[in-house]
Amino acid sequence: MSSELAMESLDVVAPAGSKTKERFDYKGHFIKGVIVENPVFKMLLALCPVLGVTATLINGVGMGVIVIFALTVANAMVAIVSKFTPDEVRIPVFITIIATLITAIEMLVQAFLPNLFAALGIFLPLVVTNCILLGRAEAFAAKNKFLPSVVDGLSFGLGFALAVSLLSFIRELIGTGALNFFDLFYLRLFPQQFAIGLFVQPLGAFIALGLIIGVMFSFRLSKEEQEKKAATAQKTAKLAKSVA
Amino acid sequence: MELFSIFIGASLVSNIILANFLGICSFMGVSKKSSSALGMGFAVVFVITTSSMATWAIFHFLLVPFQLEFMRTIVFILVIATLVQFVEMYMKKNMQTLYKALGVYLPLITVNCAVLGAALLNIDRGFNFLGTVSSALGISLGYTLVIFIFSTIRERLELANTPRGFRGAPIALITAAIMAMAFFGFFGLGG
Repeated sequence: MSSELAMESLDVVAPAGSKTKERFDYKGHFIKGVIVENPVFKMLLALCPVLGVTATLINGVGMGVIVIFALTVANAMVAIVSKFTPDEVRIPVFITIIATLITAIEMLVQAFLPNLFAALGIFLPLVVTNCILLGRAEAFAAKNKFLPSVVDGLSFGLGFALAVSLLSFIRELIGTGALNFFDLFYLRLFPQQFAIGLFVQPLGAFIALGLIIGVMFSFRLSKEEQEKKAATAQKTAKLAKSVA
Repeated sequence: MELFSIFIGASLVSNIILANFLGICSFMGVSKKSSSALGMGFAVVFVITTSSMATWAIFHFLLVPFQLEFMRTIVFILVIATLVQFVEMYMKKNMQTLYKALGVYLPLITVNCAVLGAALLNIDRGFNFLGTVSSALGISLGYTLVIFIFSTIRERLELANTPRGFRGAPIALITAAIMAMAFFGFFGLGG
């Protein structure tokens, strides 16, 4: 699934590649990864962790940070290695790189953040099959130089992290009426008895994500419509002028 | 009896898609037509069952004796990728009709997190070999059941008059939420 989607996005995301002598547009590409081509809300990639770990804000942010780190390092490593790998064994090599990296991260998290490790559970080793990692390796890092790949990893990782944080923020807020962040920060917005417990349940994840994406699509549609209307209005005005 | 309750638990009570959130990518991606959903479902049954058996054997006869449990993520994903490749080659040679039906879905399965997830879950739950087999069958048949039901609903959703912004993925996610609610009713079944 992922590689197919990644191939599709190839033309959109990296049209020029590094073959042209022009300087790579770091800032534009960064914004593209975070907002324009947001991997979760726009491309609907990596929905498993997005739905699975967003019951509380801590887990969502933790997962986001892990993915930023993993994606940046994986992209950097793929960018270095891809020059020496034959095309036929490309995917196994990328998977091995990613799996090694995730194992290292898994051990680090287990050692230093045992609570997060317990909360993320099976989703931590499953970052290996996260569509974004293999997708970016295949679609971007394998074809580009080191520095652009790092920026690409950072931006798409940040896009994922923002999406996961937003979803977990909404779910924890509606589901429990309060926000709790590593015991540093506790904010109760409305009393427990008004909280909708459904939103911290598994099915709340589907509802919340569906609503967010639906509202975003609707906004985009209405904006496009407005632009179209403005364009046609301009055209008719011009036409009227030329006739007059 | 115990095996049967493992099977029910894995397929209906904690369904891999609706309760564990694994395999959502393929759940959303391949569920537009019921025929392709069924094809994907049977390919997943095949791969999850064989890969869970293989990873169980490797974990208990190779990784545990040498105290290499921390290597399981790398080893499992490579085992799954190799297995999928083998299955594809074997099918292409010996089972032409089955290959034609499932062939397209096989490469997609390597990156399907339900497969790696099932292998890891079966190890985490500490089953013996038979328990692993019945759990793997339960997980994969539960996956097939849900993706097939979902695809038939989606086929009808195409004709429904949904608000324009909600067409496609958003309404599908909300439908999945209602299905998850229905599957919530199995809670407690089979002890």
